[in-house]
Parts: sequence; C-alpha cells; structure tokens
Amino acid sequence: MSDLHFKTISELSVMLAAGETTSVAITQAVIDRTTAVDGKVKAFLSTDADDALAQAKASDERRAAGAPLGPLDGIPIGIKDTLAVKDQPLRCASKMLEHYVSPYDATCIVKLREAGAVIWGRLNMDEFAMGSSTENSAYQTTSNPWDLETIPGGSSGGSAAAMAAGEAIATLGTDTGGSIRQPAALCGVVGMKPTYGLISRYGLVAFASSLDQVGPFARTVEDAAILMEAMLGKDDLDSTSIAPQGETNYAEALKTKKGPWRLGVPREFFGEGIDPEVKANIEKAIDWYKSQGCEIVDISLPHSELAVPVYYIVATAEASSNLARFDGVRYSHRSEEAKDALTLFTKSRGEGFGDEVKRRIILGTYVLSSGYYDAYYLRAQKVRRLILGDFEAAFEQVDAILTPTSPTPAFKRGERSDDPLAMYLSDVYTISVNLAGLPAISVPSGFTESGLPIGLQVIGKAFGEADMFAVANAFEKAHDYAQQTPKL
Amino acid sequence: MSETPHIDIDYVGNLARLDLSDDEKAKLGSQLDDILGHFDKLNAVDVEGVEPMAHAHRVFNVWREGDDPGETYTPDVLTKMAPEHRDNQVVVPKVVE
Repeated sequence: MSDLHFKTISELSVMLAAGETTSVAITQAVIDRTTAVDGKVKAFLSTDADDALAQAKASDERRAAGAPLGPLDGIPIGIKDTLAVKDQPLRCASKMLEHYVSPYDATCIVKLREAGAVIWGRLNMDEFAMGSSTENSAYQTTSNPWDLETIPGGSSGGSAAAMAAGEAIATLGTDTGGSIRQPAALCGVVGMKPTYGLISRYGLVAFASSLDQVGPFARTVEDAAILMEAMLGKDDLDSTSIAPQGETNYAEALKTKKGPWRLGVPREFFGEGIDPEVKANIEKAIDWYKSQGCEIVDISLPHSELAVPVYYIVATAEASSNLARFDGVRYSHRSEEAKDALTLFTKSRGEGFGDEVKRRIILGTYVLSSGYYDAYYLRAQKVRRLILGDFEAAFEQVDAILTPTSPTPAFKRGERSDDPLAMYLSDVYTISVNLAGLPAISVPSGFTESGLPIGLQVIGKAFGEADMFAVANAFEKAHDYAQQTPKL
Repeated sequence: MSETPHIDIDYVGNLARLDLSDDEKAKLGSQLDDILGHFDKLNAVDVEGVEPMAHAHRVFNVWREGDDPGETYTPDVLTKMAPEHRDNQVVVPKVVE
C-alpha cells in the first residue's frame, strides 16, 4: 500500500472498487507527500487539506452506499491557478489578483466534481500563463523535481512538477502555445492539449482566447484519456466550445486501436536549434514505431518556422485586449496612488502586472495600433491560415505526426530570464498546433545522459483524439519511462 | 517595416493604460525591438488572396433561443471583490469635475 501517491488513476480505481484503499487514504498520501517535498519543489501556491479530505470522505461514503461515480471518484486532482474553483483563491500567479477569491467553479471543475474527483490545491504557473519556465510567477519559482536547479517548463510548471513529485494523482493545466506539453516533457509526465473547443473555457482566465485550451497532466496516456472523457463537451457558457465529433470513448479505444499507423515526421522540426540528445532520442522513438510495422512518412510543414512570430503577434494582441479587464476598478489590485480615472488604470496596472505580462501587453497593443495593424496582426492571421493548410495537407497522407515536444531538456533557472526571444523559441514545436487548433500529447520518451526527461509529441487530426491517444499509448506501453520517478 | 522597427513605448504605454518606470521603458525598448526584428520573417511570405484566420474552426454568430433568466449572483457577492465598495456599489476616485 506504500506510494499511493505515485499510482495511476486506473490502478487506484481498481483498488478503490476492490476495497483495498479509500479516497481518504489516497488523499492523505498526496497531502503527506506534498508536505514532505513541496518545500523543495514549490509546485503549489496554496493547498487546503481539510477541504480535500472532506471531499474524499464524501467519495468514500458514496462508495460505501454502493453509488460510486466512475473511475475518477475519490481521485485527488491538482488545479492550475488560472482555473476558477469556488471559494478558492484565483490569482493567476499575479499580484494583480492577490486577493481575488472565485465565486464559481469553471465548467471543467464542475464536470470533474460530477465525476467525483477531489479538487486539490492551487498550482503555480507563469503569471497569466505567459512564459515557458514558471519563473514569471509573482509568488515563487517552481523547481523541476528531476533537477532542482532547473526549471519545470511553463506556463503550467506547477502542474507538471506536482505530477513528477507525486503531489497529485493528476493535474489540470492550460495550453495556449505549449503550456501543458512543454512542461510535461521537461518533467517526464504525460500532458495533453485537446482540439480547440473540446473543453469549455468558462472559468479559465483568458490569455489568448482563440488559442487557450484546458487539458490534463497524468502519469499515463490512459489516465489522460479518462480525464478528457470526463471534461469534454459543448457548454452554453462558452460559445467557442464545440460538440465532440467522432470517437470519444478514448480509454476504450486504446484497447482496440493497435495500428499500424501511417506517421508523419516533419523534417523542419529536426533542423537548427534542436539539442543533439533530444534529436537522437526522438529519432530512436520514430525507429521504434517503424519496427512495429508503422509506415514513417517524410512530410513537410513549410510554414512552421513562422509559427513563433505569428503566435507572438496573435497571442499578444488577444492578451492586450483580454487583460484590459484588469483595471483596478472591480476585482483587481488598485494602486494607492490612484487619484483620478486615468491613474486608477495606469498605476494599478503598472503595479499589478509583472515584467513579462507588461512586455506582452505593450507588444499586443502595438501590433493592433493604427498604422501597424495590417503589417503585423492582419498579416499574422493570414500566415496562420497557411500554417493550418500545411497540417491539412499533411493529414491527407498520415494518421498522426511525431515530433519532439521541446527542442531542449529543462534549462537552468535564470538562463533565459533576460532574453525573451530565446524563451519564446522554446515553444517552437508546440505553438503551430495551437494556431491550427489541433490536439497533441507529450509522452515521456527517455532521459538525457544527465538524467533529464525528454518528451515525444504526437499531433492528431482535429477531433482525432482517439487515434492520437492510441499512437502515444503504444509507445508508452512498450517502454518503462512513465514508471520512473525522481529522487527527492 | 523594412527598416529596423521600433516601438514608441510612451505612446503605446498610454494606449495600453500601463504605467512604466524609466528603467522598464529602457529595458522593454531594446527587447521589443529584437522581437519585432524576428517578426520581419513574415514579410517574405506571399499572402496574396489568403483569408485571415481568427479562429481554429469556422465560427458563426450564435443567436440565443430565448433569454431565460438563470441562476445569478447577489450584488454583495460581486461587489465584495472590488478593492473598495459601499452599499453594494463599487467606489472609485472622483472621475468627473
């Protein structure tokens, strides 16, 4: 019964059903583990053990009464600090929302509660999800459990680090340009971003609305599939959410879909900027698929080198508009120096936002400003369509696409803090997926010589989650990377 | 855009209603010029006739079937989030002379 905190949802749901453990025992194990290691990892901004144990007790009572709600009933799930949980702080790791407490649950949280999950803690992130290292949090810097001197990735770095350290059985993150997949790769766990619209964004604090998606972190592909099934669906509270299309019994599909598949490898993703160890690792993973009878197809995504500039125009433009709501009036930080209508806005925003958020607001405001709109924003929106067109052409030939998730393993803290452009380039393999609205998953694919995790990205067709999960699951089941845990 | 791009931080900061210190302005200025330089790659692309893409899927205007009042919050729940509030109203500095 030891190490409950490192077990998977599917293992625990079997144990719960057999009466071998209880939700209270699992939740207590997660709480104890967090108490023991979070001083080093600093994944959580806040926790409420009493609240989690009360939810766990309710789950055990349901089960005792013969009415468990499904595989997630009684499973503690950590939540990124950008998702609304009723009566919990919702700070987006920003001073701007230091005292804000959410009056409602996000739709994905409502759905997890309906499935019986235990909602657990607030996970650190880059402020307003802007960053790739979780160093932009206004409160604390999270460490990568595999090497505490390195970053966990970002922006959902707390969600990824908590998984690697055994501080939750699963966690939620959000992914605007790679903010789930890149930290999952760097922390050696599974992280998945769904097709745009599959999960409601209601209760997710908006950064770039046409790109943001909620998604799961998990120990296994199967666990990610179970979480997705619980959370997907059209929601009247998010007009951009979409009714699922195609197969959505993802966990079941893993049992029947065994390949072989036609898998595309975009040559542009293996050129300049990739770390040699990452390159060799991903090539080995591709060879494994080939050895299993999959056909490896050399494909081209010719506009992929433009994804970073397109993203940082589109995302910052949307952010500059979305973050206008933080004005010092209704629910955010208000400057004590505010003397009139103008300084109420300017001083409150100047004090409340951190460096990266300010940088993106200025950039986004600039690309939308008179005289520059056509040259930057409109042009970026056109190139975005060309990027989508590349994927559509590729998916006429293949079932899924294989790439590295991140060009490098975890880097040292502070290494890229003063070089925003270098930081932006760490998302080079994940960003185009958001621009095209496609699903993608990062699955652990091995380690560097110095023991840092590497992730393989599997990109699916729009609404092709079932196939994407199956492709990732085949690799995971044939390797033992997902079972390895860091020494803390 | 063919020349080295440069952002007038004071002008844009005012548009964004964002107060910046002199140090922040100096640092942001050079960083943003670097980033804009990277954006120049986009100029080499032929986008003639390409429809701009604002959204991952085709979206259309949605009309509500009916506007039935649902559950909502009482004023005190919402106004208590404000930095300053009184009598279920948000208090702000004087804005009209």
